[in-house]
Amino acid sequence: MLGIESTAHTYGVGVATSDGRILANASSTYVPARGGIHPREAAEHHSKVAAEVLRRALYESGVSLEEVDGIAVALGPGMGPCLRVGCSVARALASYFNKPLVPVNHAVAHVEIAKLTTGARDPLVVFVSGGNTVIIAYAEGRYRVFGETLDIALGNCMDTFARELGLGFPGTPIIERLAARGREFIELPYSVKGQDVSFSGLLTAALRLAREGKHRLEDICYSLVEVAYDMVVEVAERALAHTEKRELILTGGVARSRLLQEKLRRMCELHGARFAVVPNEYAGDNGAMIAYTGALALEHGVTMPIEESYIRQRWRVEEVDVPWVESSLASAPRPC
Amino acid sequence: MGGELIGIGAEAVLTLGELYGFKVVRKARLPKPYRDPKLDEALRRERTATEAKIMIEAKSLGIPCPTVLDVDLEEAVIVMDYVEGPRLSRVLGELPRDELTRIFVELGKYAGLLHAHGIVHGDLTTSNVILHWGRPYLIDFGLSQYSRQLEDRGVDVHLFLRALESTHFSLSKFLFERFMEGYASVVGEDEAKRVLEKVREIRRRGRYVSERRLKGALRHGE
Repeated sequence: MLGIESTAHTYGVGVATSDGRILANASSTYVPARGGIHPREAAEHHSKVAAEVLRRALYESGVSLEEVDGIAVALGPGMGPCLRVGCSVARALASYFNKPLVPVNHAVAHVEIAKLTTGARDPLVVFVSGGNTVIIAYAEGRYRVFGETLDIALGNCMDTFARELGLGFPGTPIIERLAARGREFIELPYSVKGQDVSFSGLLTAALRLAREGKHRLEDICYSLVEVAYDMVVEVAERALAHTEKRELILTGGVARSRLLQEKLRRMCELHGARFAVVPNEYAGDNGAMIAYTGALALEHGVTMPIEESYIRQRWRVEEVDVPWVESSLASAPRPC
Repeated sequence: MGGELIGIGAEAVLTLGELYGFKVVRKARLPKPYRDPKLDEALRRERTATEAKIMIEAKSLGIPCPTVLDVDLEEAVIVMDYVEGPRLSRVLGELPRDELTRIFVELGKYAGLLHAHGIVHGDLTTSNVILHWGRPYLIDFGLSQYSRQLEDRGVDVHLFLRALESTHFSLSKFLFERFMEGYASVVGEDEAKRVLEKVREIRRRGRYVSERRLKGALRHGE
């Protein structure tokens, strides 16, 4: 299966099999010269690199387009102009090579690649990235949301803080480096509402503190990451208690954060749950996860006619049929 | 008061004990090793105080909930009477429709009463309801707060709906409609509509929220 990812600033093409062999994972990421991601500029980047990334993926995998079983594409959720690039390429390939076109939900793909690489069976999933902060678990036939951000995503909060202060991009590693030299905790708005979090008040308050210049930037960064991560860990903990899942996995671009990993690991220890993190190469957006999820989907007959292959900017994870999950849970006995 | 462990929640440890011959629950917010100690202490202290205060107020509004017997802010401990019975989430699937109707209308009334008095529960889920002799008791006010903001009332109702969708998907529409009937009977139709409108807005706000799905879920009150 060939998979194409273009939901945000990364254009990726991967090749994978349904039994979990990743044969290729090529990508090119758009980095704005200044400011945040402009969807149209990112889309322009994607169309420029599309052919080259595809060539690289095919070369890496040693598989030709004639040989793949299908073309999987992330239809959403994501930024419209970016999604359209990947979707157009996928449509063209599917139609030219007469292959089935397989719709893949971007969030589901982050979940599946994390399950594959960590060996988790039925985990609670913490998916954190530039555009997503969501706690997902499988229940009643679908992946369902057990907590999410009510406004901006965790990665977005970090990126915006770093960008506004001219610290660079991406924000998370830069802020964490500064935070490591923080000594004093400064109170910032801690906003957990039920199983959900909200970062916008925290971001505004942290930026205001930084601009006032009364505190060391290191201390502000320390307080910002502490509060932001603790909020995520707390809602993950609530979801873990609520769903009674025995394993928790961390996925998405911000999964690379050592500090967040450490906090989640300690929380899981309290509950006797297994904790695992997606490997760095599959943390950020990538084509391999789309290919792998597409392969699972195709095996269960999930395809879409080319003329109905619209992008879905707001495609929620609960709307996605995931027939392969039920059969994977039914087939192997639960390890105790 | 050692006592039998009856639950390790996300936030606190609950133990069963006895006080003056009553069965009581001791709710202790233990320090979280993953948090900055200063933040941890502030959160535990503040939440314990607010929780106790709001439970007492909820009781005085006639909402069935545990009675606060003692509070220790230093240790972040609340002692309350023990409400015996199963959690609603555990037994919901086995209850007949008319029972569900009665329970969810009642829950809607509780939420309406809290909101009308400037309180949001903060964690309305079916796991936080105990059926005591068939009567729903609201528990875990750990995230409750005083608020007169429509936004917070909207989030409260949104969380309840989301909890229904994630754990009792097939019944969620029916249950939510009954809940909103009870809610509207306390706060009035106009306010219920305002809150529902807010819920819609909250759901639309999430960058990737599907609006198509939203229409189906929130048909009540339109």
